[in-house]
Amino acid sequence: MSAPILSVQDLRVYYYTEAGAVKAVDGVTLDVARGMKMGLVGESGCGKSTMAMAFMRLIKPPGRIESGQVVLDGTDLVPLSEDRMRRVRLNEISLIPQGAMNSLNPVARVRKQIIDGIQDHNGRFSRAELNDRVEEVLEAVDLRPEVADMFPHELSGGMKQRVCVAIAISMRPKVIIADEPTSALDVVVQRQVMETIQRLQQELGISMILIGHDMGLMAQSIEHLAVMYSGRLAELAEVNAIFEEPLHPYTQLLISTLPVLGAKGVFRGIPGITPSLLSPPPGCLFHPRCPQAQEICQHKVPTWQEIRPGRWVACHKYEV
Amino acid sequence: MTPTLELRDVTKVYSGGLFKRRSTVALEKNYISVGGEHPTIVAIAGESGSGKTTMGMLMLGFIEPTSGQVLYKGQDLWALPKPAWTEFRREVQAIFQDPFEVYNPFYKVDHVLMVPIRKFGLAHTRAQEHDLIERALTSVGLRPDETLGRYPHQLSGGQRQRITVARALLLDPKVIIADEPVSMIDASLRATVLKSLRLLRDEAGISILYITHDLATAYHICDEIMVLYQGTVAEAGDVDSVIQAPKHPYTQLLVGSIPWPDPKRKWGQDAVLTQADVFHVETKGCKFAPRCARAMDICRESPPPLFQTEAGRAVTCYLYKDAPVLDGSEIGKVLGQNGRGAAEATRDGVVPKPGVPQVGLPG
Repeated sequence: MSAPILSVQDLRVYYYTEAGAVKAVDGVTLDVARGMKMGLVGESGCGKSTMAMAFMRLIKPPGRIESGQVVLDGTDLVPLSEDRMRRVRLNEISLIPQGAMNSLNPVARVRKQIIDGIQDHNGRFSRAELNDRVEEVLEAVDLRPEVADMFPHELSGGMKQRVCVAIAISMRPKVIIADEPTSALDVVVQRQVMETIQRLQQELGISMILIGHDMGLMAQSIEHLAVMYSGRLAELAEVNAIFEEPLHPYTQLLISTLPVLGAKGVFRGIPGITPSLLSPPPGCLFHPRCPQAQEICQHKVPTWQEIRPGRWVACHKYEV
Repeated sequence: MTPTLELRDVTKVYSGGLFKRRSTVALEKNYISVGGEHPTIVAIAGESGSGKTTMGMLMLGFIEPTSGQVLYKGQDLWALPKPAWTEFRREVQAIFQDPFEVYNPFYKVDHVLMVPIRKFGLAHTRAQEHDLIERALTSVGLRPDETLGRYPHQLSGGQRQRITVARALLLDPKVIIADEPVSMIDASLRATVLKSLRLLRDEAGISILYITHDLATAYHICDEIMVLYQGTVAEAGDVDSVIQAPKHPYTQLLVGSIPWPDPKRKWGQDAVLTQADVFHVETKGCKFAPRCARAMDICRESPPPLFQTEAGRAVTCYLYKDAPVLDGSEIGKVLGQNGRGAAEATRDGVVPKPGVPQVGLPG
């Protein structure tokens, strides 16, 4: 097996607040293989968006990458200078941010926004080359070339989202991080946008990390799924395996809350609320809500380990 | 029995544009009633621009119809005398999409529960007030000692939304209009809110209009569904049959696009056309025809009427042109059929999958 395109080692991101350090990402280790579609799910506030920002090296004070490595195709991004990082962004790794369609500049035409990104991160191209590239990326996301000369308010939500995808792929990066790319869209538009992203991902051989909390969307669009809870990973495996046989009690609960066609009107939630990251409970962070918690879970943090080939889990149930 | 709320031949046109006069028909000749003899949960489903939120706003008396009538207990809402209007404001409650925006972040959550009690003079003493609040919170599955005295940011989205459900409940309403009540809540907490909506119907006898674009949750809590497309009814009927065997090509597209949380149940392979793809097309026939793979000549000629394909089911599509035609005002014949009785049977008796621990709701 070839080396992973993105390899994250013991990544920690803390936010320093007056009340203390918030451990938003607390020791995450994972590999993303070349061309893989990886999903990352978790409840709001579990650190999944922080992780995306850390991969892009976009954590702003009071936040800081505390320690760990983010190795993209052999280069650790964490110690890079801001100048070099700027050339990595968009060229090698790009982000479709949450609510991306609202991130477009309302007073600039689509063409200018795509060109801005390219010039800012890559430097010299002739006007003609840039315009060719604009047309090419718009076509890639199924938008008509006329869209280049429109303003964002003239576009529908789905079209704006496509423009954001076009910007993200404009330099053919190796990795795309999509942070809830379709959360504000209708089901039909959502399906269409996801299908576009997937087609591009395949055609261009880009690796994708899809972040979200919608297990349905994950089931439809990714191959490997990582489940995050309160800043740490709970489980990571191939998506079918997770749906068929979830190992971590949190994943089991998450899957049991899903609406499926067969079981109408059965509602289950996960009891309790997520712990405060300022004063997290000792031991396993999930133990206060865990129906299978044992004595050891209250004081010892479970180890993140591969218990079977391709199946990672952090739970005392599986520790020998 | 006169329904609590009724739309009769209601059309709503938004006109605007500073330089170019533009008007958009948000809702066209709609009939629907909520709050009849049996409490039911009716889903109004559709994409953005289908008119579903407009329908909710009309029913809440926030906007006036362009033509047609909104009736409250048989009386025109916009000609109600003041006392009856106050009564309407108490009996018809709303739950909104964003469970954070309804709170003032500087007040404790108690505030949002106190205001309606004082406004409507529901309690005479502090103790009574407290008692009412505790009862309302308990009935949506929240523990008063864990919720009262806290600020909105200290609660989860699910808890916040359940407090707004409790607030609606305080006033002992007959009808609740819930506009996308769970779309902003984490998937893992949605179940708690949906369950409390279900309790409102079963325990408090409240009818709910559940406005959503999420057919998966609609399927789980509703008895009946009306699918809107650009302001007109595409399909209406019992929710089980509509979701499991959609008849209108538009409903089929919607159902086919639900991201079911099951890797084995993938989205279909058929091409998907969205509103934006065909935006420029003007049609005098069926509004869905430009996006429809099965459109026939007749579809582009004249808009299809409502065909009653079976008891409790109507579809606005020429594919079913052999079925008897219903007048728009007769939609009650379809939606009234599948009251609570039908849904009751399937509600509780479902066995959870083995191997997955079953967990109750908190509180």
